Amino acid sequence: MKTVCLYFEIHQNIHLKRYRFFDIGTDHYYYDDYENERSIVETAERSYEPALKTLIEMAETYGSYFKCAISLTGCAIELLESYAPQVIELLQQLNDKGCVEFLAEPYSHGFSSIKDPEGFKEEVDRLCKKIKALFGQTPKVFRNSALIYSDEIGELVAEMGFKGMLAEGARQVLGWKSPHFLYNCNRNPNLKLLLRDYSLSEDISYRFNDSSWSEYPLFADKYAQWIANLPEESQVINLFMELCALGIFQPLSSNILDFIKALPAQLKERGIEFSTPSEICSKIKSVGAIDVPYPTSWVDEERDLSPWLGNVMQQEAINKLYSVAERVRISGDRRLKQDWDYLQASNNFRFISTKPNSYGGYRGIYDSPYDAFTNYMNIVGDFVTRVNNIYGGMDNEELNSLLTTIKNQDDELAMKDKEIKKLKQMIAKIGPAEEEEKTEAKAEKKTTAKKAAPKKACATKKTTAK
Amino acid sequence: MKVLMFGWEFPPHILGGLGTASYGLTKGLSLQSDMEITFCLPKPWGDEDKSFMNIIGMNETPVVWKDVSWDYVKERIGHKCDPQTYFDLRDHIYADFSYRHTDDLGCISFSGRYPDNLHEEINNYSIVAGVIARQQQYDIIHAHDWLTYPAGIHAKNISGKPLVIHVHATDFDRSRGNVNPTVYSIEKDGMDNADCIMCVSELTRQTVIKHYHQDPAKCVTMHNAVYPLEPEIQEIIDKGRTKKDNNEKVVTFLGRITMQKGPEYFVEAAALVLQRTHNIRFCFAGSGDMLNEMIELAAQRGIADKFHFPGFMKGKQVYETFRDSDVYVMPSVSEPFGISPLEAMQCGVPSIISKQSGCAEILDKCIKTDYWDIHAMADAMYSICTNEGLYEYLKVEGIKEVDQITWEKVGLRIRKCYDETIERCKRN
Repeated sequence: MKTVCLYFEIHQNIHLKRYRFFDIGTDHYYYDDYENERSIVETAERSYEPALKTLIEMAETYGSYFKCAISLTGCAIELLESYAPQVIELLQQLNDKGCVEFLAEPYSHGFSSIKDPEGFKEEVDRLCKKIKALFGQTPKVFRNSALIYSDEIGELVAEMGFKGMLAEGARQVLGWKSPHFLYNCNRNPNLKLLLRDYSLSEDISYRFNDSSWSEYPLFADKYAQWIANLPEESQVINLFMELCALGIFQPLSSNILDFIKALPAQLKERGIEFSTPSEICSKIKSVGAIDVPYPTSWVDEERDLSPWLGNVMQQEAINKLYSVAERVRISGDRRLKQDWDYLQASNNFRFISTKPNSYGGYRGIYDSPYDAFTNYMNIVGDFVTRVNNIYGGMDNEELNSLLTTIKNQDDELAMKDKEIKKLKQMIAKIGPAEEEEKTEAKAEKKTTAKKAAPKKACATKKTTAK
Repeated sequence: MKVLMFGWEFPPHILGGLGTASYGLTKGLSLQSDMEITFCLPKPWGDEDKSFMNIIGMNETPVVWKDVSWDYVKERIGHKCDPQTYFDLRDHIYADFSYRHTDDLGCISFSGRYPDNLHEEINNYSIVAGVIARQQQYDIIHAHDWLTYPAGIHAKNISGKPLVIHVHATDFDRSRGNVNPTVYSIEKDGMDNADCIMCVSELTRQTVIKHYHQDPAKCVTMHNAVYPLEPEIQEIIDKGRTKKDNNEKVVTFLGRITMQKGPEYFVEAAALVLQRTHNIRFCFAGSGDMLNEMIELAAQRGIADKFHFPGFMKGKQVYETFRDSDVYVMPSVSEPFGISPLEAMQCGVPSIISKQSGCAEILDKCIKTDYWDIHAMADAMYSICTNEGLYEYLKVEGIKEVDQITWEKVGLRIRKCYDETIERCKRN
């Protein structure tokens, strides 16, 4: 029995404004409000609203047969809340139909999974809370920014308690293997991996309206037949794309929505199901571990990190930004943290790409990758200065030694807490026994209580001392 | 195929970019085995590279018949050319020019520079060209820049061969729009009579079409290229930069300090950069009619202590300057092509060029700004000086990119253009 897993991502980055180096130190607002409003409103109108309405309609038509998954980045949620709240409402309506599963992803759509594991956990957690607040669901399956996955990231995600993760079915990773099975992380078998079938996914997201494509025009019956024709043993067909594929990459005039609308009926006819990622993780068994030593992503033909980290400028930019990751995290300054979220977004690095044709030539306000780099570095320069100002010019070594001390003390406290817990349990165990013995020996109880008490006092003293 | 070329400058005695371009272009063409080039120069010095073509000196071509002996000619000009050429040319004197000032061999003398009596020299050049055009055998005529257009037209009228003119610059570039009517008329006349107009950039081509009202069909863009650095120059570069204390960066402008090059934008951008940083120095190499004005402007902005005017650079000095620079800037207001950024990139210097330069059309691994956008320019200078990643990228990728721009490829394109022009002229 084959099952289709349909997943859409909603992400819009916060656009940076033209920021000259003269502004460093004088202007701490980095964003292009006009462009932010314009682009989110446009995307909502042309893509999100019609697409979500279609999904709602499909949920109504097909009942519990039709299912899909959606994830949102923190930046996108913030933009939607401020400029296009109707999209959030539509998402809530869709959620009420019970056919959608919300996935977790990093709040910023950045690279913390590679550069800053601590911050990564924190921002994923933050997004989960936000999703819970908006839709009442706690995400159980994770997807990383731009579908970046590697063994290390898998391990990290598994530690955080997710049972599944989406990744790219990249050729360099799969080799002769098929993406139509469920795999698991090679470092932690508890984390299931859903690999995207990029060919079938991109038939919809990139090629649908391409009249020079040999399969043009694509109809739902033909597409469903392709899936039906896959080998009998195939289990899952993962179709992952950005929600903007419906309406922006493929204009509404291409009738992309009618195609999507017609798809479930055609698949149903051919005995193919829809499932959400967590259903797949619990229903289907993994066929084995998959090794991904180098990160993969869902972008470009290489499907690696080259669109964001392909040249020395991008590497410098990313290293400079993440060099203050720890300082931002422990600063407790809300404005800094907000800027931190926005600056991490992968789009900022994509603008600096020098790969030919990457991003379809779209560079926003920037003339060239050099222009994008200069602008971004000016902003990061100002940001880093602000962060460092909080620490009063304390140098890295000094701060690091303090941080190590704090971390050691934290560890120590955690140990003590454990000890206290153990002792408490011991007391609890001894307690009832004592009561039985109460009548027998009063003196004995006094001695045990005395023994426990000093230890406890000692532990609390240490806590306050910190 | 035989080509008769008219030029004004040739290395090693050059005054501007025209000489370098003429040399590269001819050499690139000569790599084709069936190509024979005769290059006419007002005043050859005898030390030109004649390995790949034949040079005829205008000042060694008789226009008045003088009865001189073989030995005398050999003694007089034998070190520069074959005496036989002199006698062959003497057989083709076509009119009586004895009223003109000639020397003992019946030749007109030329300065080979851009003297005050330039128009007279252009006229003389055209007179002499008549003799050469009658004597030489060729399939096509190629005239470089407006100084030689009259000669080209003259040769065309005599031989009926197609005329190709090469627009290295127009007066619109040199004067920011206030053209000299005499120059304009010579240029226009040359273009009107040409069968094919080669422009060094699309920018120039548009000027030719718009301001000289030429048929777009006969205007083609023929971008310039560069030659790989000579081993001795590469050695200068490889020797590494002179050590500086306190890690100062150097931003360089190199070129004639004239209106066309937009020097004031460089000074203004430098002033902006220096408001924020102190470890950057600016080097303003070159001379020209705006030099004093610029020195004054730098003083007015209060940046004279960080702003240096080392004067005109020659030969190796140019490369030493490149070697010691971190950024090269060419803020030209209107640059037909602009070969110097290519040279800077060859030496591994990241370049900032104005979008109004012709070379911007073929360069990608450099930063392009509008010449008037001093904020963008300052930002770019600051960025290259402070961000190692950008510097490194532009340096490494710049060398790679420029290495792909060769005269050999240009030569092939020119050849194709010749063939088409000859074909078209035959048909008409």
